[in-house]
Amino acid sequence: MRSIVGNVVGWLDDRLGLRSAMLPILVHPVPRGLGWFYVFGSATLSMFVLQIITGICLAVVYVPSAADAYTSLEYLNTEQPLGWLLRAVHYWSATGMVVMLVCHATRVVLMGAFKYPRELTWLLGVGLLFVTLGLAFTGQVLRWDQDAYWGVGVGAAMTGRVPVIGPALVHVLLGGPNIGGETLSRFFGLHVFVLPALAILLLVPHLYLVVRQGISSRPRAGRPVDPQTYDAEYSKELAEGEPFFPYDFMKDALFSACCVLVVFALAISFGPKGPSGPPDPTLIAAEPRPDWYFLPLFALLALSPPQMETAIMLVMPVVGIAILVLLPFVAGKGERSPRRRPATVLIVLLFFAVYGVLWWLGNVAPWSPDMNAWSGTPVPEQMVKDLSPQQLQGAAVFQNKTCRNCHALDGAGGKRGPDLTTVSTRLVRDELIRQVIQGGGNMPAYGKQLSPAEVEALVSFLSTLGKPVAGAPEPADVAAGK
Amino acid sequence: MTTTEHSQAPADAAPADPHRRRVLGWLSVVLGALSTVAAGVPILGYLLSPVLRTPTNEWIDLGPVEDFPEKQTRLVDFVDPLHRPWDGDSQRLAAYVRRAGPDVFQVFSVNCTHLGCPVSWFPQSGLFLCPCHGGVYYEDGSHASGPPPRGLYVLENRVANGRLSIRAGRLPTLQQPG
Repeated sequence: MRSIVGNVVGWLDDRLGLRSAMLPILVHPVPRGLGWFYVFGSATLSMFVLQIITGICLAVVYVPSAADAYTSLEYLNTEQPLGWLLRAVHYWSATGMVVMLVCHATRVVLMGAFKYPRELTWLLGVGLLFVTLGLAFTGQVLRWDQDAYWGVGVGAAMTGRVPVIGPALVHVLLGGPNIGGETLSRFFGLHVFVLPALAILLLVPHLYLVVRQGISSRPRAGRPVDPQTYDAEYSKELAEGEPFFPYDFMKDALFSACCVLVVFALAISFGPKGPSGPPDPTLIAAEPRPDWYFLPLFALLALSPPQMETAIMLVMPVVGIAILVLLPFVAGKGERSPRRRPATVLIVLLFFAVYGVLWWLGNVAPWSPDMNAWSGTPVPEQMVKDLSPQQLQGAAVFQNKTCRNCHALDGAGGKRGPDLTTVSTRLVRDELIRQVIQGGGNMPAYGKQLSPAEVEALVSFLSTLGKPVAGAPEPADVAAGK
Repeated sequence: MTTTEHSQAPADAAPADPHRRRVLGWLSVVLGALSTVAAGVPILGYLLSPVLRTPTNEWIDLGPVEDFPEKQTRLVDFVDPLHRPWDGDSQRLAAYVRRAGPDVFQVFSVNCTHLGCPVSWFPQSGLFLCPCHGGVYYEDGSHASGPPPRGLYVLENRVANGRLSIRAGRLPTLQQPG
């Protein structure tokens, strides 16, 4: 038996030559003391493999037709055995892939691993980063629900701002004059064929270069990269190095296994994402939100000054790509250690701080009106206690005229405008009247929407907000000085 | 043939006719270019067909004008005249119809002019609110507050034989609002 197996293996190896081709790669020497910071790249790859496998599985049930995609997603979630789990794993390993890719890129930037002679490895990695983000966006569209429909609309609106060719680009993106069947098919084609193929086309030379140029050693302060001497120094390090297999390989394998386990744990705990409401554009009450990766962009587009917005949408990505592409050519030499590159460390920290703050803001979205507050969130009881009939009328106007959608009382309601719990401590009667009638500071003018009597009543109600009521405890906000 | 024999073969072979080789070289370049163009042009034309074949908005009947009370704004839905047979729910479109006077209609696309999200109409306050980035429009479609760079997109309308029609179908964007 053993000899038969041995013969088969021997025959295969004779024809394929795998042992002579692969063994040197497995045991190629790597510098000593790499530690655990070098595992993120292979973890990204593991997530990508998981994406491909679960993606193929989903594609054999999912129907990429605008008429049936939504039903097939519901079928996957509820009827197809383990369909919910595969959808969930596909979603969470997409998240894992983006997270691991960002960790990997951050490690490479902080340790200066993009410097000589690994510039091309970095460029291919930058390409992989954008392909991955493209996969994330197109995948979100395949979840053909309300968020997907309006998400494509947002993509089209941004594309439509490109000078001159904007409208043509919109129609190429949508595959027609409006969002519909051909839009979904285009995004399906991109997500399932074009982008994965592109990812593999970039990944193969990326990995080839990892082996050919070798893994960068741990950076040490005071040992700058000099292209004149680097190769000799690196050869010396390799001569004293250890084979990649088994120990460094095992670190990669162990970390990847942990990532897969975490993805499955998240998938089982939280399940698949969506689909949200059906992709019916006549359901106006939709409140579309992008997947988490793009929340900072969502926030940025709410907060940027309108006159700069088109520039931010169109120029910022170009500048971002240019910075990443030029990085190894501008900073291809010199110190690698983050201890000697404070500017790089600061820029990285700043990037994550900005991303984190925008992400949090995108989650909270204080600029979005609370569409149901006018009818669903009543004026707190203590605020209407002991009010005169006119003031009560004002409180009713405040609710009916949907002021609540943008203005909170006691923290409840829209956050678009300021919380009016204590507004009378900030604005006097005349100022309130002016603000209501003329608007300003991002508030619409209500002059045409309110009768003089309604304005009078509203302002008399607002003038009570923040005034200590006789016998009632002062609102906590006043004590806090808000 | 073993590897050694193979590598020696060209040295032993009679020298090829240099003219024939040059013709062969040129021919492969020319035919290669031709075949690339022959295959590439229809592929590009296919992919870019949404631009090459630009459908214009079409007239859609929205019903008798009596359906739209004066001084009111109503949400209407209709089937996109440019839809594909397999569009499903996404073949439907919506618009706001405002009857400002006896014969004066204004029809707005539901798409916010900022980034295309669907705006909601609040008759109580006479405002359109966008759920995405908080764009606000007055009842006549003009910009009230928030990030939108202009008022709501206005769709062409006409009243004939007591019925209201609008021209719609294309997704309105800043540079192609109609």
